[in-house]
Amino acid sequence: MHPLLLSVLIFGVPAAIALGWVFLRGGGALRRYIATRVALTLPMVFVLVSVVFLVLRVMPGDVASATLGPKANAEVRQNIEETLGLDDPLVVQYARFLGQVATFDLGDSFVGARRPVVDELGERLPATLELVLPAAGVAIALGLVLGASAAGHRRRLRDYAVRMFGVVVYSMPVFWLGMLAKGVFSIWLGWTPVAGRIDVLANATLERTTNLLVVDSILSGNWEALRSALHHMVLPVLTLGVSISGLFARLVRINVIETLQQDYVAAARARGLRERTVVGAYAVRNAMIPVVTVIGLQVAILLAGTVLTEAVFNWPGMGLYLVERIKVRDFQAVQSAVAMFALLVAAIGLAVDVVYGVLDPRVEY
Amino acid sequence: MTQDAIAADRSSVATGDVLYSIRDLSVEYGTRAGEVAAVDRVSLDIRKGEILGLVGESGCGKSTLGKAMMRMISPPGRITQGELWFAGEDLMTVSEAQMREIRGARLGMVFQDPMTSLNPLSKIVDHLTETITTHEPSVSEAAARDRAEQLIGRLGLRVERIDDYPHQFSGGMRQRIMIALALALRADLVIADEPTTALDVIVEAQFLDLLRELRAEFDLTIIMITHNIGVVAEVADRVAVMYAGRMAELGSVDEVFLDTKHPYGQGLLRAVPNIELDGSDLYQMEGAPPNLLHTPSGCPFHPRCPHVMPICSEREPAFAEVTPGHRASCWLFQEHDGEGER
Repeated sequence: MHPLLLSVLIFGVPAAIALGWVFLRGGGALRRYIATRVALTLPMVFVLVSVVFLVLRVMPGDVASATLGPKANAEVRQNIEETLGLDDPLVVQYARFLGQVATFDLGDSFVGARRPVVDELGERLPATLELVLPAAGVAIALGLVLGASAAGHRRRLRDYAVRMFGVVVYSMPVFWLGMLAKGVFSIWLGWTPVAGRIDVLANATLERTTNLLVVDSILSGNWEALRSALHHMVLPVLTLGVSISGLFARLVRINVIETLQQDYVAAARARGLRERTVVGAYAVRNAMIPVVTVIGLQVAILLAGTVLTEAVFNWPGMGLYLVERIKVRDFQAVQSAVAMFALLVAAIGLAVDVVYGVLDPRVEY
Repeated sequence: MTQDAIAADRSSVATGDVLYSIRDLSVEYGTRAGEVAAVDRVSLDIRKGEILGLVGESGCGKSTLGKAMMRMISPPGRITQGELWFAGEDLMTVSEAQMREIRGARLGMVFQDPMTSLNPLSKIVDHLTETITTHEPSVSEAAARDRAEQLIGRLGLRVERIDDYPHQFSGGMRQRIMIALALALRADLVIADEPTTALDVIVEAQFLDLLRELRAEFDLTIIMITHNIGVVAEVADRVAVMYAGRMAELGSVDEVFLDTKHPYGQGLLRAVPNIELDGSDLYQMEGAPPNLLHTPSGCPFHPRCPHVMPICSEREPAFAEVTPGHRASCWLFQEHDGEGER
C-alpha cells in the first residue's frame, strides 16, 4: 500500500472508529450534530482547494521563469508550459486538478525528476505528522498540568512562574526558540542531533512501509532505528510543543479559576465532595469547553508552525517541501500540499466540534 | 454581647432540644480599606425540628452566617472567633476532612440560584449518586441510583428524567433537585440560602409547601435565609433578624411580627406593602444600612432609629430577653443608668 495512504489511515482509522462510537452511543441530537458536521466538511474542503488553485495562478511568476531564469529562450519556455499543461485555459486546468483530487492522483510535480506528487507527499506528510502530533500532545499535556496547577495555587509562586513561562514562551518565535534549543542542547551540550529525522546508517537498514519512522522501526523490530528516530525527534517536538503550551497554560489557568468561582463548585463543596473531585470533575471539565476550541485552532496553527520548525531542524516534512516548491513555482506540488493541509485542518476542526458535542450536553446544532 | 448574656446563652445549650448552637461568632473579610466584620459576635440556637427564618437586608451578614455554619468561608474571609456546636461537637475544632464528612451528610445547603448551582455537564442522577457514594463508599452505584430515583420521585419529579441534564429543567424543578441533594443522606439540618428568590410566586408557594411536608417526613431542621418577610411569615416557626452583622431580634413568628421590639424590625414590617393598607403611604425608613468598615458606635442602628437615646451611641445593648424566648438588642427594653429618657 502507498505510504501516504498508510500514514493517513494509521491516524484516520482510529479517529473514524472513535467518531462512529460516539455517533452510535450518542442520542438523536448528538447524531444529527455529527452528521451535519461531517456533511459540512466536504464543501469546506472544496472551497479551500479552489481558493488555493486560484491564488497560485494569480501569484506572480511561473515555473518556467523560476527554473530557467529571466533570459530563457521563448521556445524552451513554451515547450515546458506545453508539457506541464500550463498553456491550457484556466478552467481546463481547474477541472483537471479537481479530477486529480477526487481520484487521489495528484499528478506529477513540475520540477526535478517529475515524480508523482503522491509519492513525494508520501515521504513528507508522515514526517510532519511525526512532528506535529507529538508536539500537540506535549503542548496539551504541559498546558493542562501547568494551567490547572497555577489555578490551584493562585497568587502563589507557582502561579507567577506559570504565567511568566506562558508569556515568555508565547512571545518567542518558534524558530528563535528552536535555534536557542539547538545551540544549547545540540551544539553546546551535544545531547541531541543537530538536524534530520534519523542517522544515515540507521536509515539505510530501515525497511520503509509508512514513512512514519517510529512506526516503521517498530514494525520491522529495528530498535537501533527506533532509538535514532526518537533521539532526532526530541528537540523539534519539544520546541514546537513548548512554544504552543504557553498559551494553553494561561488559557487553562484562567478558565479553571473562573469555573472554581461558579455556584455549582460551591454547591459541590457543600455536599462534602473531595477537593480533587471538585477541581477535576467540576472545574477542569467545565473549563475545558472553551479551551478545546482554542486547542483546535492552535493545532491548525501548529501545522503552519512546522514550516519554521522544519526549516530550523532541517526536518524533511510538508513545511520544508512547501518552501522548496513555492520558490520554483511548482504549482502541482504546492496546490496538492496545501489541499493536504486543508484536509488536515478540516479533520481537526471536525474532531474539535465532536469533542465539544461530547463534552457539553448543551451543544445543539 | 456582654459576658453575662453569653453565659446565659451557654446554659441553654444544655437544654437538649438545641441542634446547632452558634456562640459569639465573628466573620471578617479583608478588603483594601480594612477588615470588615460581616458577622459580628453572633450567638444563636437552632432547635431541633424547627424552621428558623433568618432575615435582614442585603449585606447584613445573613448569607455569610449560613456559610460560616458550614465552615465554608473562603479567603479573603475568615472566621475570627466563636464556636459552632453541632450534635455535641464544636465544628471549629474538627479537621477539614471531618468537616467534609459532615457537609452534605448531616448539614445540607440549598443555594439561592438553582440555575447555576448544578454542574451543567453532569446528569441529575450523577449529582445524586456521587453525593451518596462519597459519604457512603460501601453503597453500590446501582443502590445509589435506586435511592436517587426514590428521592426524585418523592420530590414530585418524573423518575425517567433523572438521566437528563440540568439545563433541561425549569428553575422550580432545579430547586427541588437541590433539595433532593441536600436530603440524599438525610441531613439533620438544611441551610437554605434564599431558596425562593429566583422562583416566581406560584412556584415559590409550591416549594414552601414541599419544604413543610419534608420537614415532617424527614425530621428536618431548616434555616431559611431570606430577605422576603412574607416567606418567613408563611413557613417559619421562629425568626431571627440581623442588622449590620449582629442579631437584632429573635423570637417566634408571632412575637417578632405582631409584638416587634426592635425599632429596626418595626420599620421593616411597616415597609412591607399590605393589600389592606387603606391608601396611606408606605413607611420609609430613614437613612441607609451602615458601611461595615465604619459601623456606628454603640447600637449600630442608632443613626436611623426613631427612638434614639443618648446611651444608644455610647454603649452597645445586650442581646437580652425581653420576654422568655423573645430577645432584642435594644436599650428600650434594658435597664441602664444612662441619661436617656424613654
